[in-house]
Amino acid sequence: MKHSALAIPEATQLVFGRAPQPVECGFGLTIGGGQVYPEVNFTLPAITISGDNWSKVVAHYEEMAKNILKRATSLHVPGIVLEFELLPAMTETPGWGAEITALLRRHLREAHEEHGLKSALRVTPTDIRAQGKPLELRSGPAWEQLRRSFELCIDAGADIISIESVGGKEVHDPGLMYGDVRCIAFALGVLAPRDMAWLWGEITRMCDGSRKAVPGGDTACGFANTAMQLAHQKMLPEVLAAVVRAMSAVRSLVAFEHGAVGPSKDCAYEGPVIKAITGCPISMEGKSAACAHFSPIGNIAAAMCDLWSNESVQNVRLLSGNAPEVFTEMLAYDCRLMNTASASGGALTLRQWLVDSDKHLSPQAMVLSPQATIEIAKAIVGADSHYHATVSAGLAAAGLLRECVDAGTLNLNKKEKGWLSRIERELHSLPGNEAELLAEMKETHAGAFNPACYGLP
Amino acid sequence: MADLKKLYDAVLNGDQKTSVAVTQEALAVGIDPLELITKYLVPAMDEVGRRFECEDYFVPELMLSARAMKGSLELVRPLLAASGVQPPGRVVIGTVKGDLHDIGKNLVASMLEGGGFEVLDLGADVPPEKFIEAVRAQNANIVCLSALLTVTMPAMRTTIDALKQAGVREQVKIMVGGAPVTSQFAEEIGADGYGDNASAAVTLARTLTRPVES
Repeated sequence: MKHSALAIPEATQLVFGRAPQPVECGFGLTIGGGQVYPEVNFTLPAITISGDNWSKVVAHYEEMAKNILKRATSLHVPGIVLEFELLPAMTETPGWGAEITALLRRHLREAHEEHGLKSALRVTPTDIRAQGKPLELRSGPAWEQLRRSFELCIDAGADIISIESVGGKEVHDPGLMYGDVRCIAFALGVLAPRDMAWLWGEITRMCDGSRKAVPGGDTACGFANTAMQLAHQKMLPEVLAAVVRAMSAVRSLVAFEHGAVGPSKDCAYEGPVIKAITGCPISMEGKSAACAHFSPIGNIAAAMCDLWSNESVQNVRLLSGNAPEVFTEMLAYDCRLMNTASASGGALTLRQWLVDSDKHLSPQAMVLSPQATIEIAKAIVGADSHYHATVSAGLAAAGLLRECVDAGTLNLNKKEKGWLSRIERELHSLPGNEAELLAEMKETHAGAFNPACYGLP
Repeated sequence: MADLKKLYDAVLNGDQKTSVAVTQEALAVGIDPLELITKYLVPAMDEVGRRFECEDYFVPELMLSARAMKGSLELVRPLLAASGVQPPGRVVIGTVKGDLHDIGKNLVASMLEGGGFEVLDLGADVPPEKFIEAVRAQNANIVCLSALLTVTMPAMRTTIDALKQAGVREQVKIMVGGAPVTSQFAEEIGADGYGDNASAAVTLARTLTRPVES
């Protein structure tokens, strides 16, 4: 564990727009330096991505970039980040992703030259390594395509590099489906940190090549957001999703132990914990991401953000305009409000309203409050290994939920209460060291994972 | 004499160890395997599905029940096959080409197995030719296609078209599902049905494979 203390030790210091380690990037943008900026993420409507159709794909990105930046300049945003999340086909054909990267960077440069708009481009290749059978994480054709995609996108103008990495997901998914906390702890505390350490070492090295890019950060999207969405559909208990969120912060933190400096990825709702530990700026998404998915944390997610995102929106026509420019406007007004609050000395008041409006209504919101964030972050930095930190984070989150239930500040139904007790029991019954858990998992889940993919014996 | 109520309860409570033990005991004393399925296993899974639908059960309870059911079925199925009894359906399932998401598809596959179907899971990012190959090899009568991305939804149509071109479309019922998929889209691309969730997918599969009454 690299961090043994918190960069932001007090909840009162954990607020939107301000991070102790701001990041300078792109066209004059400083993220975490006092203002919150919109981070607009956009995607294609339902069309086929192929060589035959490529000109239509390019036309969509041209249109989206033009419309978003037109809206941003009209609304006088103080700065903006565009995020280009590559679709799998664009990562498998690295030149395609690079072409769109160059296109978007050109639009940002023109907007900077014509309007003085400060901006940066985040590029996020798809982690296609999971598609290999058998799974190969550190070698093989899928990794080679992904590596090439990073390199070409950096060369083409990416300012910030991110990924939604999936190491450990092959064990975490069944863990969620069976509500098996041992599997979840093993995936998040043993497998995922090893993959993150290796992968982020590679990404940081590539970002430090002939053209520099900022290694932004990762997200536990494939882990904690899967749990969040299953909970939203009443398929999983919300308390499990809340505890998984806290546990997932450790694997996302590993990126920062291996060179990432922020801004972390928008869908990393574990971001506040990362910010508290590292002091690096974070991107978050909430109510303005309802175009992509629902969540019970629409307001509270903004409380500590440095970039405010919409997750992803298709380029489809709405009454006012195309959806990406519509969401640019929504994000711009959210940011304008936060920045006005900061400028007038009211940031903590607005933060409190954002927090209080959500936290009593959902366990997933409760673990995102600034106070809970600090408690979970302390549990993580107080541990001596990623495994212990993952378990400690889970116990801290479960403990916080228990306190709130006992104090009557969080209402859980009988089913959820039963699951909270079960989660607490299972967390307490985990082996004291990861070697023991590894040996157990090799026996009970043989074939579910390949230890060699993680550098394990 | 085996206490068969225990078999029903074991599936309902997701207790695979007990469901397997009771099934073994029942078969050893000569109880008709078909009776085990029709009177105990299927009704138990129906009750599990009902509890899931009315939000009494979460997915983990559902999955544990499906696992208990599967454990019993693995003992019963060879005996049924030997006496000529067929499973309700043979399913080939996969996430379509270009899409790496598979948790929803995995859930549907497990639930279909728990519902007594024989399931071949092709995984994620599956090209049309793999579906065709699997339909032929398994003599499947159901194909389930999953997609989570709007940009991979067209691959569902491509897969259905490929099944047509390969001459196997008429032997299978095609079910589609996934977050951006709708019943209207299913109709547009020529699928036979759309399932909103895993439990609904089992009901749909049963409906689609039910013999047509003359």
